[in-house]
Amino acid sequence: MRVPIGWLAEHVDLPAGLTVEDLDTAFVRLGLEVEEIHRPAVVTGPLVVGRVLGIEELTGFKKPIRYCQVDVGEDAPRGIVCGARNFAVDDTVVVALPGAVLPGGFEIAARTTYDHVSDGMICSVRELGVGEDHAGILVLGDDAPPPGTPAGPLVGLDDVVVELAVTPDRGYCLSMRGIAREMGTGLAVDWRDPGALTPPAWSGEPAWTVTVEDADRCDRFSMIALEGLDPTAPSPWWMRRRLGQSGVRSISLAVDVTNYVMLELGQPMHAFDRAAVTGPIVVRRARAGERLTTLDGADRALDADDLLITDGTGPIGLAAVMGGASTEIGDGTTDVLLEAAHWEPTGVARTARRHRLPSEAAKRFERGVDPEMTMVALARAAALLARYGGARVVGVPVDVDTRGPRPVIGLDAGLPARVAGVPYPPAQVTELLAAVGCAVDGDGTTLAVTPPPWRPDLTDPADLVEEVVRLAGYDDVPSVLPTAPPGSGLTDRQRRRRAVGRALAEAGYVEAPSYPFVGPAVLDALGLAADDPRRDVVLVRNPLSEEEPALRTTLLPGLLATLARNLSRGQRDVALFEHGAVFPGGERSPAPLPGVDRRPDDETLAALLGAVPVQPWHVAAALSGAREPRGWWGPGRPAVWADAVQAARLVAAAAGVELTVRAGERAPWHPGRCAELTVGDRVVGHAGELHPRVCAALDLPARTSVMELDVDALPAATVAVGPRISAFPPVLLDLALVVGDDVPAAEVDAALRAGAGELLESLRLFDLYTGPPVPAGSRSLAYALTLRAPDRTLTSEEATAVRDAALAAAAERTGAVLRA
Amino acid sequence: MSGANDPYDPKQVAALSAEALDAAVAQARQAFAGAGDLDALAAVRPAHLGDRAPVLLARRELGALPPAARSDAGKRVNAARVAVTDAYAARLAELEAERDARVLAEERVDVTLPWDRTPRGARHPLTTLTDRIADIFVGMGYEVADGPELEAEWLNFDALNIGRDHPARTMMDTFFVAGGPGWETDSGLVLRTHTSPVQARTMLSRTPPIYVVAPGRVYRTDELDATHTPVFHQVEGLAVDRGLTMAHLRGTLDHLARSLFGADAVTRWRPSYFPFTEPSAEFDVWFPEHRDGPRWVEWGGCGMVNPRVLVACGIDPEEYSGFAFGVGIERALQFRSGVGDMRDIVEGDVRFTSAFGVDQ
Repeated sequence: MRVPIGWLAEHVDLPAGLTVEDLDTAFVRLGLEVEEIHRPAVVTGPLVVGRVLGIEELTGFKKPIRYCQVDVGEDAPRGIVCGARNFAVDDTVVVALPGAVLPGGFEIAARTTYDHVSDGMICSVRELGVGEDHAGILVLGDDAPPPGTPAGPLVGLDDVVVELAVTPDRGYCLSMRGIAREMGTGLAVDWRDPGALTPPAWSGEPAWTVTVEDADRCDRFSMIALEGLDPTAPSPWWMRRRLGQSGVRSISLAVDVTNYVMLELGQPMHAFDRAAVTGPIVVRRARAGERLTTLDGADRALDADDLLITDGTGPIGLAAVMGGASTEIGDGTTDVLLEAAHWEPTGVARTARRHRLPSEAAKRFERGVDPEMTMVALARAAALLARYGGARVVGVPVDVDTRGPRPVIGLDAGLPARVAGVPYPPAQVTELLAAVGCAVDGDGTTLAVTPPPWRPDLTDPADLVEEVVRLAGYDDVPSVLPTAPPGSGLTDRQRRRRAVGRALAEAGYVEAPSYPFVGPAVLDALGLAADDPRRDVVLVRNPLSEEEPALRTTLLPGLLATLARNLSRGQRDVALFEHGAVFPGGERSPAPLPGVDRRPDDETLAALLGAVPVQPWHVAAALSGAREPRGWWGPGRPAVWADAVQAARLVAAAAGVELTVRAGERAPWHPGRCAELTVGDRVVGHAGELHPRVCAALDLPARTSVMELDVDALPAATVAVGPRISAFPPVLLDLALVVGDDVPAAEVDAALRAGAGELLESLRLFDLYTGPPVPAGSRSLAYALTLRAPDRTLTSEEATAVRDAALAAAAERTGAVLRA
Repeated sequence: MSGANDPYDPKQVAALSAEALDAAVAQARQAFAGAGDLDALAAVRPAHLGDRAPVLLARRELGALPPAARSDAGKRVNAARVAVTDAYAARLAELEAERDARVLAEERVDVTLPWDRTPRGARHPLTTLTDRIADIFVGMGYEVADGPELEAEWLNFDALNIGRDHPARTMMDTFFVAGGPGWETDSGLVLRTHTSPVQARTMLSRTPPIYVVAPGRVYRTDELDATHTPVFHQVEGLAVDRGLTMAHLRGTLDHLARSLFGADAVTRWRPSYFPFTEPSAEFDVWFPEHRDGPRWVEWGGCGMVNPRVLVACGIDPEEYSGFAFGVGIERALQFRSGVGDMRDIVEGDVRFTSAFGVDQ
């Protein structure tokens, strides 16, 4: 809502010396967010009202030129040359005299042009910087002040426009009337309600025959008929100026008047060309198959829920939203039917949304319009059309009014104090509610409050409390820290998520959260089979990009895209991780939508919560380039599949869980370099090198390695048991074993541990060797063993026995032989 | 020199004379001082401290003295031996110090050489800032509540007093989720537009007193640009208890502001509208450390939980009241860390995130 301050000042006695900053503060304190302040363009020097006394048409030039005599309130008229032709003798115009500087640094001086001295300039709207209209010069009209009057205020140069963001509960603030009330109260100054207007007593036949079939959706429908409108009559300049300041385009007098009255009173109206309306008007729901071409030229299929204004020919307007083309006011319209009605907000919202027509009228009706205003608005519009277009009212207006009584809210006068923590005396509560427009009755402790008709948002005691606290000022609310009962800190799950992120960050991975939107292209690039469950996605009905309409079922698409972005920006060695929810698809029943007047019953609540899919928390890491950079110490170490596996082990360790690694096969990993990660019998993730085709498809370097783990699938960590630390000396043994190539190291490891038994303190693979003299088809694994007893120094016999047992177990389970 | 069993002959025990001992000590001192390095010192040591060194030989002679003379001579011999030993130790220490100084100097390295063999990682500042805010509340006794990003429409809207046809619902720019194989079927699910559904979940599953914060990721159908992102983060706070007032809400927000933005930070409220709170306010925070100078910065929304929300969640509004608030993490990161462009926060460029480190 744009508020021209000059217009506001017409209704509110703004204090002298009030600055734009004061106004800004006052709006904000009232809950009207100031989005922007539009200040007029700067004009300096003499700019005055002038009256054209004579026009001499100059000929002999390339274009027609006029030499005008203009009265600018001085002893003698000034001669001014002008190229525009849209004015006549006696017209009032705006003249920039020599010494004036127009917007853009345009300096006016007396100069000779077209063989005449031009002693100033007759200005157009655009030259004055108050609009884009440059069709001709600005003609002020016959109600302009006398020549010589400073023209700055007249053309809006002194007018600042404050653009407000009005919250959806306060539809009444989408009008000067509502803003005037707020500012009158907020600034504690006198103000006048432009809606306090008594329509004249018209007489005669009803203006038209009107039936409202759907009183639930339309509880008031008023209409007035006008004849004799001069279709060529222009809108007065002041109206065009205010419409322009308000961001509304000037179209014709009839349309401008309806828009102007809407901005002034908040009551949207519609003007029908009476000659085009056939037969009685009926307000009803749309019927199957009906269509309507609206003013914007769109041919619309109507829904049975759409409320219409119809005549004998069918639909002529989409009620509360937009009029129809067939009855549009045209260049020759002299007879007009003006409609002002009150429509039920949610129905308007549905129609506006269905037809994607968030019109100014719909915006106001959705948020609530004062139903008292229909006749007032019609009277105001009729007066303006009479004054500027010569139109006269014929017959008596139609007013179908089926409104019920206004609701009364019982309010405990102490409630505002209890909610705010500020002691408001009951008298103050009553006074502030009255300032809002409420009628307040009661004995001082229990109040019966009838909200004003323009405040349909006030339905509950809490709404009234807000009005009291708001008008008293939010700044009055003190600052008191409440004492919460003791809590138990983060849950294990929350601690685990933090631990996982920290572990990876400390291991050199950079966290890179990405958007969870994916499309089929990336799932193809990952090489997922047609029946891969990760292709079973949840689809967004209104995605930002048609290429990415689905929610991720794996973190890899986003993570790899971030990796590629970093590489494209010149990074070479990148290690990233992301953790977050994934969204598996699958068959589900729709979530129910129970009422809100009480807690849903347990069954409904269970259905509701059950309809929300489980969204497992995953973690993924990706590496490319060097894991350790080259340096003065020597060459770097490239990131490999093993780094990805190790990242998974780190995550598991941070989560307090031991991970088992075995060879696996799964897209998008390299089939020979994919580790399947398990805990117990459950597969919880995969790690390794990407399939070369995936690297190629995603434009990633060869050997890029990734891991992805379902953190939620990891079992809860058990409380760690402190080991008993032996102070006796260890026995250190090295064992080099030769095993077949196809024997996983993990199996040898496990066999050695099992064979060595309790005296084994630690076991570590320290070397891996293939090549002579190790026979082809096998490899040598060298282990360092630390043996120790808890209660004694081991004898060499004991150590040998452990060694032999370990060897025997390795031989039996894996075919390992001691390397010669 | 006398054999052990030789009879005593004073002429033969000249070695025990004061003169002889002084001479031996002097010789030893001279020899030690003359040793230029540890090897030389080791070479001269046997001559003065070895088994056949004069002071040790002199000691053996003591037995040959009559008991009356033994005490004096013994003292002399001992003093001489201590003097030689001390002279040796002193010279040894001197030479070792010289050697150490030389060798350690030779072992000098350039300690300014980099050793960044393991690259440093980082947590995303949105994560660490979220954790930080959660921790402030945990410190006050709050618990951290979680909710799903793909959420029931009823919890995201209806339960929060945002009716089906309410303008606030359309203003939320919601991502709707398709129900089944067909695109247009209704699933009753949305990508949550705010963290507020966690309020409803919490109230539906717990009984007051309730003090929770709910951090998380939320969605609106905005295109990514310098100031907007369709995927962003909020922290929601909810307290439901007997006797809670707007003053408690302000106290809580002021505490949050001071904890994050310094002891001088406070909040300022502007009346606003959220269907799930009544009264409602947007709030600004006074941020003294702003890179463009101290100023008010818009940060979040807050209010007293609308009694209708309490009713829909099964809490008696006659008995309990509550307050709720929500803050934007991206917004906080932008002004707290002086981040000008939203895209830097969302694009995952390692140069951006690395600047924030692990931030414990």
